[in-house]
Amino acid sequence: MEQHSETFLDNASAALKNSAQAERRDVIAAFAPLIRSAAIEGFDEFDNLRKHIKRVRQHSLDHLEYYLGQFEYQAVQNGNHVHFARNSDELNSTVLDICQQHDAKRIAKGKSMVTEETGLNAFLQSAGLEVMETDLGEYIIQQAGETPSHIVAPALHKSADEIRELFQSKHDLGPRELPETVDLVSEARDILREHFLQAEVGIIGANALIAENGYSMLVTNEGNGDLCANLPRVLIVCTTIDRVLPLAQDATAMLRLLVRSATGQAQTCYTSFYSGPRRESDLDGPIETHFVLLDNKRSDILASDYREMLECIRCGACLNHCPIYSSVGGHAYGWVYPGPMGSILTPLLTSLEQSSALPNACTSCGRCAEVCPADIPLPDMLRDLRHEENSQKLSAGRWRLGLKVHAWLARHPKLYHALTGLAISTLHLFGHKRGSFVRLPMAGGWTSQRDFPAPQGKTFMQQHQARLKRIARQQNEH
Amino acid sequence: MNEPDREYSSPPRGKRVALFVTCLADLFRPSVAFASIKLLEQAGCEVSVPLQQTCCGQPAYNSGDYEEAVPLAQQVITMLQDADYVVVPSGSCAGMICHHYPKLLEGVWRERALELAAKTFELTVFLNDIAQIKPSKHKPSHNISSVAYHDGCAGLRELDIHDQPRQLLQKLCGIEVSELQQSEVCCGFGGTFCAKMPEISGKMVDDKLNDVLATGADMLAGGDLGCLLNIAGRARRLGEKIEVRHVAELLYQDLDTPAIGEGD
Ligand code: SF4
Repeated sequence: MEQHSETFLDNASAALKNSAQAERRDVIAAFAPLIRSAAIEGFDEFDNLRKHIKRVRQHSLDHLEYYLGQFEYQAVQNGNHVHFARNSDELNSTVLDICQQHDAKRIAKGKSMVTEETGLNAFLQSAGLEVMETDLGEYIIQQAGETPSHIVAPALHKSADEIRELFQSKHDLGPRELPETVDLVSEARDILREHFLQAEVGIIGANALIAENGYSMLVTNEGNGDLCANLPRVLIVCTTIDRVLPLAQDATAMLRLLVRSATGQAQTCYTSFYSGPRRESDLDGPIETHFVLLDNKRSDILASDYREMLECIRCGACLNHCPIYSSVGGHAYGWVYPGPMGSILTPLLTSLEQSSALPNACTSCGRCAEVCPADIPLPDMLRDLRHEENSQKLSAGRWRLGLKVHAWLARHPKLYHALTGLAISTLHLFGHKRGSFVRLPMAGGWTSQRDFPAPQGKTFMQQHQARLKRIARQQNEH
Repeated sequence: MNEPDREYSSPPRGKRVALFVTCLADLFRPSVAFASIKLLEQAGCEVSVPLQQTCCGQPAYNSGDYEEAVPLAQQVITMLQDADYVVVPSGSCAGMICHHYPKLLEGVWRERALELAAKTFELTVFLNDIAQIKPSKHKPSHNISSVAYHDGCAGLRELDIHDQPRQLLQKLCGIEVSELQQSEVCCGFGGTFCAKMPEISGKMVDDKLNDVLATGADMLAGGDLGCLLNIAGRARRLGEKIEVRHVAELLYQDLDTPAIGEGD
């Protein structure tokens, strides 16, 4: 997928100016944390389960090669084909090959962030295939020619009115006006149903790969994953190598955290396990099934200090609780993954040069880490990325210099106290009447939004030292 | 002649506390440091102010300049090593010392950082939980009707500060805090964040200020000057009449100095 993370600040600025969308984001930002906390409150096992899953994920990653091998073996035993793709191009061409082998023209696709990452849709379409997204949110943004703004709810940024207008312009509605939200849903359902029946290949993602039995697991609320998987002749499951878990019980344990953290439900409407092609006694199901497992720098991340990021279970809670994500929305981040997890993954999966603004889009407020079911220290990782940005001199030179001067001064207390004393007295002199400055040299960022409060008077250290001197003098006099 | 047995021990001694003033209080609001000293004395502590103190290193650390932050952390650790307790009138600077120094440093310095962390407390935590301050005999001199409270993020999530300032305001001044709707959401300060991403920060501080104003309180208190300068600055910009003060000033009833951002 094309990347626009370099212009994060401009993207954010444009997003903030779209007041209708900003208002909707505010509503969601107030609402989403409430439904999550309601789901967690009645669920006493949350903390223990979080610790448990952390161990499971760590263990799986420590022995990734082993479990991937086991998964591959089991999956092949079940009749699947397993492919490994080192990068986006390999995944895309593997999928295209499979489609072409089956003379497929129409693809029904379930929600998959991994194929967003590889830009699969555009690739298949340029080869002449018709690809239809079947998750309602994905379908909407596909019709609108947009990208997901949230990893769980891709069309979160769209209002019902906008969706109605979209359908009115894209669908042949005749006299129908689709006044209610349910009308919009059933309109999409009718169109999608047709497509399901005609598609030759179905493509879905996976929330987990289970090594012990070679199954993949997928949760949806719409059941479209199952239709993609069962109606077309061929099924392709696209996911990344880090999704593998040793046991089926690990996957279901993870599910209990994932769903509560993502949507505040105890269970999604559909939880499906895919084993392989239709067996002789089966009435339906695909006749051929493939797994395409993407690396795309996951191996590098595994070997780096950021390996914990691979423990992410893609619940979206960190997005929902991030005040910056809720201020600017997902598109501002300029690539597939937004919010705190995206601000870490984007530099790691693309490059820090292209996305160095993202790790700075953080106040270290810590709310993301507090809710993250995978217990990933997101603010620490974001700061570590700023450390890399700083070491590679990617940040603005004047910032780096300013901080260096400040740190140098702070290591020389006498000089620091003398100079700050002088500066503060000057600020006080000019500012004490009004109490704050509307503008101030070198503080343009601050004063563009708010006044700069004037200091009270002399610094504490000046006053304190004067007091100590006074006391010493008095003692000498006696 | 044998020395007679003394049946008494050394005179009772209060807790020896070193005050880490924090750079923002030092530069912008000395009244916070003075109020902290008075409150600690009221709680029976002997207070000293180490003269070498400057800054805890957060600006460099948060901006990813670990190389500059390390010597600053070491300087603070050396300066404070002999204190029985270290008290800091800021959740974020106390969080820096307690949680981030041990992450930043290695080896022996990490050990020393952990020792310092074990005896370092944010002001309201120390007054409420450790020193268990009693109300002074004088009645609160000011009648404040309603106060909203801003929980700084580092204090709230790194140090679990929530009830302490509320209990102190209750106990010492008879004040019940009016709670914000979104009390867990960041005010948009974030150190250099507010200057690097001013527009986003501006939206965040606006949301916070609106939440504060919606409580109908005429004063906002908090334990972190960074947040308070941010919120007060925005209130001044918009001409909103809300008095913004550090909780130490309120607890010590030092309300004659102009509030943050107010002229004399
Ligand atoms: S980082 Fe944590 S909170 Fe964010 S999506 Fe991943 S698991 Fe969920």
